[in-house]
Amino acid sequence: MGLFSRRKTIHVDSDVLVVGGGMAGCGATYESRYWGRDLKIICVEKANIERSGAVAQGLYAINCYMGMQWDENRPEDHVRYARNDLMGLVREDLGYDIARHVDSTVHKFEEWGLPIMRDPETGRYQREGKWQIMIHGESFKPIVAEAARKAATEVYNRIMVTHLLMDESKPNRVGGAVGFNVRTGDFYVFRAKVVIVCAGGASHIYKPRAVGEGMGRTWYAPWSSASAYALPILAGAKMTQMENRIVLTRFKDGYGPVGAYFLHLKTYTENAYGEEYESKWYDHTKELVGDYIDRHPVPTCLRNHAFLEEMKAGRGPIRMVTKEAFQDPHKETVGWENFLGMTIGQAVVWASQNIDPKHINPELTTSEPYVMGSHATCSGAWASGPSDYAPDEYQWGYNRMMTVEGLFGAGDTIGGSAHKFSSGSFTEGRIAAKAAVNYINDLRNEQPKVSERQYEDLKQEIFKPLETYQVGRNEIVAGTVSPSYLLPISGLQRLEKIMDEYVGGISSHYTTNEPLLTRGLELLGMLREDLNYLGAEDLHQLQRAWELRHRLLASESVTHHTMFRTETRWPGYYYRADHPKLDDQDWHCFTLSRYDRKSSEWEMEKAPVYHIVD
Amino acid sequence: MPTFVYMTRCDGCGHCVDICPSDIMHIDKTYRRAYNIEPNMCWECYSCVKACPQNAIDCRGYADFAPLGHSVRVLREEEKGTISWKIKFRDGRDKNFVSPIRTTQWGSIPSPAQLEVPSEKAMKSQELAHEPDALNISGGLPALRPDQLKQEVV
Repeated sequence: MGLFSRRKTIHVDSDVLVVGGGMAGCGATYESRYWGRDLKIICVEKANIERSGAVAQGLYAINCYMGMQWDENRPEDHVRYARNDLMGLVREDLGYDIARHVDSTVHKFEEWGLPIMRDPETGRYQREGKWQIMIHGESFKPIVAEAARKAATEVYNRIMVTHLLMDESKPNRVGGAVGFNVRTGDFYVFRAKVVIVCAGGASHIYKPRAVGEGMGRTWYAPWSSASAYALPILAGAKMTQMENRIVLTRFKDGYGPVGAYFLHLKTYTENAYGEEYESKWYDHTKELVGDYIDRHPVPTCLRNHAFLEEMKAGRGPIRMVTKEAFQDPHKETVGWENFLGMTIGQAVVWASQNIDPKHINPELTTSEPYVMGSHATCSGAWASGPSDYAPDEYQWGYNRMMTVEGLFGAGDTIGGSAHKFSSGSFTEGRIAAKAAVNYINDLRNEQPKVSERQYEDLKQEIFKPLETYQVGRNEIVAGTVSPSYLLPISGLQRLEKIMDEYVGGISSHYTTNEPLLTRGLELLGMLREDLNYLGAEDLHQLQRAWELRHRLLASESVTHHTMFRTETRWPGYYYRADHPKLDDQDWHCFTLSRYDRKSSEWEMEKAPVYHIVD
Repeated sequence: MPTFVYMTRCDGCGHCVDICPSDIMHIDKTYRRAYNIEPNMCWECYSCVKACPQNAIDCRGYADFAPLGHSVRVLREEEKGTISWKIKFRDGRDKNFVSPIRTTQWGSIPSPAQLEVPSEKAMKSQELAHEPDALNISGGLPALRPDQLKQEVV
């Protein structure tokens, strides 16, 4: 391969390969060791697990805790809550499974040293809301990473995993993964009996509100580059609910969280003229979604919907009324520490604009859309459920195994199980890991077969942008404009613009229709062709190039799913203007897709939803 | 807000390069000191600011929406188990906050390999490590009956 033929290839064989060392990946690594004492367990991370994933910055709350020891909630209560919030559609088997285990996870976090606040009167964990407990979580990630490091045979930091490998001795079975070291440029071939994908969801597939220097101030971390989806999609795994992107109502510009403000500080919203506005949109919303608007708590998307309608009616800005609550010094401290613990940028915005919420009610906004599987949304891979109660249609093998054999997932990767957040993602990692160890034990000595041809072909593809750049760079005097290559940032901005304008981003008030989606797919197709001409100046840009490819695949998936579901299930997240109403008769179901790597075709189908009915 | 590095304080140790989740803190080849190579991919997570032994890294709010004149400074002290913040507003007002970060010694988490080897029976059960004990409930791990899940609109 010419210029880069001397690039080093490093082979790492293992039993368990965990891709991504965020919350889910750390949980998977920890649990793999508990059940698989003699196994070789490898965790591969694009950054440094000490500060990687969505919790890198810290958290001020754990949003998924039952409190079963104090009879606060039962797992089935959480299932009903998540189902209600997602307008009826969640994998209740998966959600229940996380809810029944999550308390033991949180108790371990506390034992490991995570400061969890206590209610001074009851001695129980300090509740922020029904499901949320408050923590001093600046070091949440370093603590969890310590547990994972102790458990792993080895943690490989700074390796961007680009593709999964397939077993050549058995069809539809995973054989490992490949990637490159962002510092050394070495090519890594990880052969493994099981792969647990714990990578991140997707920011930066839609044009963000912040522009220029502030572009990185997305709500979800800019390093969440959709590997959670691209890796399984390329391996032929079925994906579900990819249309279920999320839009967040947050403090303006910094996207500081509102959970503690609503639930604990009891602040509330009003329009520019000091009026309550949500009730004004009740009849209108009922027209669209029927009695889903009467559920309690009101689903997140429907609260967004009222916000958007009020803004469109010209009565913005919507503000959070903080002046009353912040007169209490304790509440004021909680309000600020909440940001410093997880969204420092919001404190910066307020300091820079002289916004002291004790004296000024700060503005709110709705974010650009994100695709993820762990928050109030449930995009991701279609996974097998727990063997003790999941219905037959949700069970084809081991818990959290995707439709590709030996390929497991957790966190943002697994679809249908909304509202897992940090604790639930770690827990899902644990669930997947135990099942994966069982899978390995059942395999006995069977090894996946991965030919040199398979990984050498990928190697060529992976490093190509470096060569494209070097060759093309000589054609031009200086600057970023070349007729022969596209820089990753240029490709990213084109992707964000297409998704924004055609697939329901901020500039169209999250609205799309079939003609727009059709055109969007055409443009995404051209972008996909152009990505063959990505040019990377260095290894950092090579990482950006592969992040972009992952984002593009996720975006195509989102667009196909959005096209398939001919209803508006989650107004406030997105609107199909050509099918403006919720349609339970035809669409009380999951959407599934499968991408064919050879033909580049997407196949869509429906899958049934099972509920706990009593 | 994107980070920047003070020339006179940075000694090029690379802690920020090692920790940055976005891979945007790099060492400048001429000055042998760190700098932010891609401010528009900075999440203002402060991982580098906290990790810098020289306090050489600071942030200046994103130019597209943050007026100048503010600062948010941080001191993370692992031995003391605290993090301290100082917020300075554009108009000069300030606020200070201190929070705990960890209640145990760094490095004190035991490896799961040190725990008793689980039985074959446990391996086949639905229980995860530390369960059912760590759930702190009686009656064991909750479960649904298979017939509790039905296919209809609720």
